[in-house]
Amino acid sequence: MKLKYFAWVRERIGKAEETIEPPAEVRTVGDLIGWLAARDDAYAYAFEKPKVIRAAIDQSHVKQDAAISGAREIAFFPPMTGG
Amino acid sequence: MSVAATIRIQEADFDVAQEIAALSRGRTDVGAVVSFSGICRGNEQGEPIAALTLEHYPGMAEAEIGRHADEALSRWPLQGLTIIHRFGRIPPGENIVLVVTASAHRLAAFEAAEFLMDYLKTNAPFWKREESARGTSWIEARDHDDAAAARWTKS
Repeated sequence: MKLKYFAWVRERIGKAEETIEPPAEVRTVGDLIGWLAARDDAYAYAFEKPKVIRAAIDQSHVKQDAAISGAREIAFFPPMTGG
Repeated sequence: MSVAATIRIQEADFDVAQEIAALSRGRTDVGAVVSFSGICRGNEQGEPIAALTLEHYPGMAEAEIGRHADEALSRWPLQGLTIIHRFGRIPPGENIVLVVTASAHRLAAFEAAEFLMDYLKTNAPFWKREESARGTSWIEARDHDDAAAARWTKS
């Protein structure tokens, strides 16, 4: 699946997108945040306050208990500040 | 629903008067047009700023605004709806966002415009970064914006 990062999540990780294959036990958006945070210091910094992080699956907002199976694109970003 | 919303996500500035006129020109069924323009302020919490830069999520920005536009069209009897949101670097005094609603009567036009702005603030995937003498920093989301959007949730 493709991951996309925006705003300070993107800056902290150091890339805008990547393709990953998480292990089968990573079932939800929250699991994926935990799995990514354990990769290295940059991911740990981006996801240091997991409750603040917002997520979208295939361009629709989801909560962190949403299942990721079948997702083509998952995005992580801070609370939105448009308008 | 027979009314189609016009939604544009663009880097270029836009002409507010032209967008308002486009919703009522040549029509006699529109009795009320409400517009909201969001404009870049020259200071943020007392500090002068040089510009805002808006990052967005291409594709999702259009989809998310489209979902809210559809909801507005289903909740209020609108005759026309235009939503424009800019991205990129925007200096003070320039437009950021525009919502224009047209209806037979004012109440629907006012309410739909307010609903859309409250949701754009909290749900449209855009992020503002400010540039000032101190450097650049991401603007933080505000709790009162979440509270404003929550008012419209149907119980």
